Amino acid sequence: MSGKSPISRRAFAGGALALALSHQNALAQGFAGLGMSGSGFAPVVPGKTFVFPADHGPHPQFRIEWWYVTANLRDSTGTAYGAQWTLFRQATVPGAQQEGWANQQIWMGHVAVTRADTHRYSETFARGGIGQAGVEAKPFQAWIDSWEMRGSDQMRDAMLAPLELKASGADFAYTLRLDADRPLVLQGDAGYSRKSERGQASYYFSQPYFEVSGSITIDDKPTGVTGKAWMDREWSSQPLAADQTGWDWFSLHLDSGDKLMLFRLRQTDGNSYCSGNWISRDGKSEQLSSTDITMTPKAQAEIAGRKLPITWDIAIPSHALTIECSPLNARCWMGTSFPYWEGPISFKGSHTGLGYLEMTGY
Amino acid sequence: MSRILWILAVLLSHWRRHPMQLATLLIGLISATALWSGVQALNQQARSSYDRAAAAFGGARTAVLVSRNGATFSQQLFVDLRRAGWPVSPVLEGRVQIEGRSFRLLGVDPVTLPSEVGNAPAIGRAGLQSFVTPPGEMLVSPETLSSLGVAEGTSPQANGSILPPLRVQAQLVPDLLVVDIGIAQQLLKMPGQVSRLLIGKTKGTRTPLENVAGDKLRLIEPDAETDLARLTDSFHLNLTAFGLLSFFVGLFIVNSAIGLAFEQRLPMLRTLRACGVSARLLNTVLLVELISLALVAGIVGLVCGYLIAAALLPDVAASLRGLYGAQIPGQLTLKPEWWAAGLVISVLGALAAATASLLKAVRLPLLAAAQPYAWQQAQHRWLILQSAVALAVFAAAAALLWYGDSLLSGFAVLAGLLLGAALGLPAVLELMLSLGQRRAHHALAIWFWADSRQQLSGLSLALMALLLALAVNVGVGTMVESFSRTFISWLDGRLAADVYINAADDAQAVDIKTWLRDRPEVDAILPGGRAETQIDGAPVEIFGLADHATYRDRWPLLQSADRAWIRLRAGDTGFISEQLARRMKLAVGDQIEVPAPGGNWTLEVVGIYADYGNPKGQIAVNFAALTRRFPGIPLTRMGLRVAPAAVPALISALQDKFALDSRNLVDQATLKAESTRIFNRTFAVTAALNAFTLGVAGVALLTSLLTLSNSRLPQLAPLWAIGITRRRLAAIELLKTLSVALITTLLALPLGLLVAWCLLAVVNVKAFGWRLPFHVFPLQLLELLGVAMAAALIAALLPVLRLARMQPAALVKIFANER
Repeated sequence: MSGKSPISRRAFAGGALALALSHQNALAQGFAGLGMSGSGFAPVVPGKTFVFPADHGPHPQFRIEWWYVTANLRDSTGTAYGAQWTLFRQATVPGAQQEGWANQQIWMGHVAVTRADTHRYSETFARGGIGQAGVEAKPFQAWIDSWEMRGSDQMRDAMLAPLELKASGADFAYTLRLDADRPLVLQGDAGYSRKSERGQASYYFSQPYFEVSGSITIDDKPTGVTGKAWMDREWSSQPLAADQTGWDWFSLHLDSGDKLMLFRLRQTDGNSYCSGNWISRDGKSEQLSSTDITMTPKAQAEIAGRKLPITWDIAIPSHALTIECSPLNARCWMGTSFPYWEGPISFKGSHTGLGYLEMTGY
Repeated sequence: MSRILWILAVLLSHWRRHPMQLATLLIGLISATALWSGVQALNQQARSSYDRAAAAFGGARTAVLVSRNGATFSQQLFVDLRRAGWPVSPVLEGRVQIEGRSFRLLGVDPVTLPSEVGNAPAIGRAGLQSFVTPPGEMLVSPETLSSLGVAEGTSPQANGSILPPLRVQAQLVPDLLVVDIGIAQQLLKMPGQVSRLLIGKTKGTRTPLENVAGDKLRLIEPDAETDLARLTDSFHLNLTAFGLLSFFVGLFIVNSAIGLAFEQRLPMLRTLRACGVSARLLNTVLLVELISLALVAGIVGLVCGYLIAAALLPDVAASLRGLYGAQIPGQLTLKPEWWAAGLVISVLGALAAATASLLKAVRLPLLAAAQPYAWQQAQHRWLILQSAVALAVFAAAAALLWYGDSLLSGFAVLAGLLLGAALGLPAVLELMLSLGQRRAHHALAIWFWADSRQQLSGLSLALMALLLALAVNVGVGTMVESFSRTFISWLDGRLAADVYINAADDAQAVDIKTWLRDRPEVDAILPGGRAETQIDGAPVEIFGLADHATYRDRWPLLQSADRAWIRLRAGDTGFISEQLARRMKLAVGDQIEVPAPGGNWTLEVVGIYADYGNPKGQIAVNFAALTRRFPGIPLTRMGLRVAPAAVPALISALQDKFALDSRNLVDQATLKAESTRIFNRTFAVTAALNAFTLGVAGVALLTSLLTLSNSRLPQLAPLWAIGITRRRLAAIELLKTLSVALITTLLALPLGLLVAWCLLAVVNVKAFGWRLPFHVFPLQLLELLGVAMAAALIAALLPVLRLARMQPAALVKIFANER
């Protein structure tokens, strides 16, 4: 449950589902590790051809997978909000899919809303095979309990839009409509995203162009909101190297219309593995290498008993980008079974814009 | 600071000169703290194990959804409710037979199991993955594992299928098997079915139940189903009442010791004041002294309390198991709160007992002459007031008896009765002694009565303690004896068959019946069966009675309609247990709606029967009608009528032929012995606490007499001076003590019978749901009378012997020193 276990972005949660479920620390260390071997599961190899809508659905032959939406929103008075909707899948054992309760998939949902003065989140778990949670490619539908992400009748498979997004917790709820006019974007090298120098990787594509409208309810007060959203789709069987301790992840909407995805995997030796993609207005995705990216944590804050860098300087010389990122609310702590920081940020400098930051393993 | 220490040293010097008084004070505080905290430790232990074990997987403390008719329902409803925002988790319950023994099988979904039901972390230890992945794991308690006689990890066989490997899980209740719900559905051959849905406490928007499940499901709030908790609560209330009583008896001792010490120290206090010690400082130091003594006594008391609790725990555990099926581990574990609470109660008790004395010290007039016995004289003025209070308390108790309708009010009636009697005792004694005085003619006799009266105020607290202890002893003894007698004759009728069999499954039951039909010694085979359902949220057993003369002749009914047994055959009538009748306020002729798989079953009540020791309500119906209405019940139970001489041979033949173990094949005599043994253990704790209380009361009497004996020398010295020998004086003293003790005891006997009636007719009805006939046991009363007199004799002996052997010089000195 700490920085000691090898944990990665998003993957951490998927890979550690069973640990999370066992109510803290109870399971053997190895289970948490995404560093564990993926034997029996399908390997991630370069050169995959993505097929839609099939790849919107689950890939149970891989160990872990997620559907991950983050949204930067504003109400009519200009108040900024963030919203998160996440569905994780993890297979406990490889092999043909079993029917009913014997199904080996476990699902986990995380949802959150953030405002400068508050951060609310909720978490739920389900087993596959019985209908409590799942994803269907056509018509597109992803759900766990009452939280759902559903493609409308007019959904275009290549854009994964429009979508209806719904979630609620004890003291918050939201209903959002997501639409996009540009196709999905393959991350990494044509959808093959390397996570270390030693070959760990995932399949990864995104829809960063969502325009959002809808309503967020906090403490029974509904507010109309509009803004931008970003969806990540990723699956893998062994996305992490054993010595990787945590992850800092950025998804940025530049006011210029360009999009930027960056991540930094921290290693036990103090070094890190950086990667990212520059996605231009027209949908062209260019992979950035470790040497192209400088990510510098700046101000530290103590949150939930841990020290986290809440402001960052980012430089990408090849695109003449030098920005300073700061959070909408520094206390975006997801105190879930696997705790992490995830929240909306804004940045200024050579470029301005909004985005989301996720930090795990602190 | 040093000034405070000096004052403290002066005050403490009193105890050095009166070590017996100090001992009295400490004994009082120690026994009060010990009994109180001992009982608290037992309650705490029991409650914490309920939380762990009884509430396993949402036993009774969790809100649940069940189907209208109590049958299983489709797990699709679970999925629909989850998708409608309900934090529900499915449970499938059934029974499996392993080696001829029946076990409760619980299938749970660890992934949605609400964290507040408690046992999910333990599943985590066993490993979620191995728990849910076929063949999965079967969690059992250590007791179950050892009773199966297999090692952890083995896979037992049941009903022809292989069960998942066993894994030990200490928190589980014995005879419970926990598996993943998917595995339970397979084992019980109920694919896609669930028995109930536990509702987690997570908040959030939920679609109304009817919109999701129509009228298929019914919500049971957690309180409605806590029958077990409610019943065990009454048991704990019982224990607490005893603890409280002992605590008060202990405080009586403390009060008398402190009162005397303060009186004797008045001159000392006055001297200190005269030397310039301010009233405030003096009082502070007095408080410091008292609190220090209370803390020391509290620590010793806690250790004694721990020992008492540890000694009583096996019996308490046996009682709770026998009465309610609740499992309490035999190892006492205590929380730090317990230690803190014990010390606080000791200090508060000491302060309460010393209030009057402390107040007096505050108001101490500087120049007032020392009046060592003013305290006792004031008691006389209190007598009238105290009697008035006693009458008021009696009136309140009567009002509560009339209007009260809860267990607590039952106990309040008891408390009122005892308190009133205790407060009224000095007045009654005073009355009797003054009557005696009026009738006496001889000078010495007049002095005897007058002196007894004079002594009364000093002894009254101890006598009150004796009265209470004796009355409670009589009350509890009478109740237990009444219960025992009723229970045994009831058991004789209730265990009508001679041999009881529970077959492993329906097929084996058919085989056994076929085999038994060819045995000439078997007069009759009485099929039996029971179903479980819920009425108004409380669990109720439906019990099938075969239509046979055995039952008609022997089954005891408390009330019945005309031709009750004949009307039972039709299947639209039933007998209900007394508990159920009281709880639902049903009488013969009323109707009761029983939820059954095929729709509600309306039964007319044609009889009410006693069902002692069963926490659940019960309805007895015709067996054939039961199998029609509950087609799913196992038909494995049967009773046999056999000539007693042929029983052992038949049992061993059955054992050989069908491999039934002692749990599933038992003869009437063994069953009766077992029931009686459980019954006796149930009251073992009561008896032990009873004895403790009486012991404390004896100590109270002893200490009062000891403290009085010294101060009474001035009264006795003149008698000695006019020629009455020390031996004679001692005999008179002894006689006096015994006579007031005798009067007290004689008063305690009717009071005790009143207490017994209260226990049988008020407290038991509220606590357990049954009322017992009231019997008086004269021998038992005589025995107690003897015990009380012996206690008084022993208590009086030491001071009397001291008087008899006192040096004449000591008596002479009285005249020299008397103020």
